[in-house]
Amino acid sequence: MLVNGMKMKSRLLRDRMCFILVCTFAALTAVPLLAILGEVFVRGCTQFSWDFITEPTPTALKAMMAMRAGDAIPGGIANGIVGSLIMLGMAAAVAVPVGVLCGVYLAENSKKRFAVVVSYLSDLLQGTPSVIIGMITYVWVVVPMKGYSAIAGSVALFIMMLPLIIRSTEETMKILPASLKEAGLALGGNNARVMLKVQLPAAFGGIFTGVLLAVSRVVGETAPLIFTALGCSMVRWEIDKPIAAVPLLIWEFFNDPNLQELIWGASLFLLLFVLCLNITAKYLAKKWNK
Amino acid sequence: MNDKVFKIILFAAALVIPLICGGVIYSLTIDASDAFSRFGFFEFLTSSEWDYTIDNEKYGALPFIVGTLLTTLLALLFCIPFSLPVSLFIGEYFKGRKIAELLGTVTDLLAGIPSIIYGLWGFYTLRPLIIALDISPQGSGILTASLVLAIMIVPYAASLSAEFIKMVPNEIKESAYSLGATRAEVIRDVVFPVAGSGIFSSYILAIGRALGETMTVTMLIGNTNQIPQSLTATANTMASIIANQFGEADGLRFSALIAIGLLLFLITAIINVIGKFLIKRARIM
Repeated sequence: MLVNGMKMKSRLLRDRMCFILVCTFAALTAVPLLAILGEVFVRGCTQFSWDFITEPTPTALKAMMAMRAGDAIPGGIANGIVGSLIMLGMAAAVAVPVGVLCGVYLAENSKKRFAVVVSYLSDLLQGTPSVIIGMITYVWVVVPMKGYSAIAGSVALFIMMLPLIIRSTEETMKILPASLKEAGLALGGNNARVMLKVQLPAAFGGIFTGVLLAVSRVVGETAPLIFTALGCSMVRWEIDKPIAAVPLLIWEFFNDPNLQELIWGASLFLLLFVLCLNITAKYLAKKWNK
Repeated sequence: MNDKVFKIILFAAALVIPLICGGVIYSLTIDASDAFSRFGFFEFLTSSEWDYTIDNEKYGALPFIVGTLLTTLLALLFCIPFSLPVSLFIGEYFKGRKIAELLGTVTDLLAGIPSIIYGLWGFYTLRPLIIALDISPQGSGILTASLVLAIMIVPYAASLSAEFIKMVPNEIKESAYSLGATRAEVIRDVVFPVAGSGIFSSYILAIGRALGETMTVTMLIGNTNQIPQSLTATANTMASIIANQFGEADGLRFSALIAIGLLLFLITAIINVIGKFLIKRARIM
């Protein structure tokens, strides 16, 4: 009896230990998140000002002189913000229609062999390291155009956004009730009309959430932009010339000792942008699911 | 709109993906062929020389393959003790409760942080710590890179594993409880065997992510082109050598870098296909 009791006790003890360990280690994963957010916020806030988002990046010389004089480095990341928005806009303008149509195709023809293959390839493209997307865009766009450009950068972002939009569209279309389509067809609409006027509007919330998430995923991408957009120290609107982007600027500041002061402000901006997109998408997804 | 026209438009949109994938493989193979034909495929894979002085150009991918494998395996090792508890927390202990949702949000946000910011954090916070602890004199190296890489892949491994842990049917868990099993025993003897293949596949996909991670590794690994002699040594991965040198490369070096890119593409593709296949099988079971 005594032996049994002790055995029971050790089993219960082990159960307790297991629970405590799981909780401790699970809680520990929140530590890096808090540490990263904390560091970026604390060090970034001191640099953040209106000028920081409306002025272009200073040259290394200007920054060095300001540092010598003991002043704050003048200028900010306006060139990066404009560049990022231009490239994201161009990429999304192509990726959204193509991605949504492809997603619709996959949801409608999920049994066809071709659709299964496309679905697999889309996953494959999504898993492809972003640096390879940058490489391939260099070969496809930068080499024939004989120079880095905003167009090349947005092609790279387009290739990265496409599989994300396809997947979210496909998933949204698949959970739409079949009765919706049947009701539309019963009213005498043909397939195309029902899709455009009934099914797609009904799926709008889910697709929109997917697009927001796709944008938030690619806005921080740096590696593919290094060999496509290159960077530029002034605010630029021409799309056939090298252009700046916020993550590219962070990379530049990281490599240039004179500009290192600006690193945390730029990171704070990028992080806030990504988190806002993420949280908005989450909120919309919740609302849409109800 | 005409149904036929609409169908053609849909089909054309679906055609874009195979075109891109085929194009990627085609272009990489064409541009890599220079390096492969000059050094030979297997010699390129097994040579550890990376010399770009003119007239004496020699390129081999071995140091970068070793660097990639080491960082990925180490990251996986560091990731498991955190991602497994997270998935048990979300999928078993606090299944469906508010606090599980909170932890899920935390890991989602971790997944959303751009890799360059992870790199900055690793460089300015973790690297001084590693120097202070006297683990390595320069602070950057394989160990530092894999630690940050581990944090980056925890969300991917954890959220997918939790999904499989959640799917373990209540009836079998309850029958184990009715026989007097404790919760820890149920997890060990019921949850893990049933959800095991799903959990395994989620780690395969996490490996796929770690293999190609570029900016974080480039900022933290120290960027030297030799085979690393220890885990704290500096090195380069396949992704980081591309990020470092592709912009300034031409001729044979350009081709060698493309060849490394092709190898990395094929490795991640294979890992992802295996992972996806295992997940599909685990879902059916």
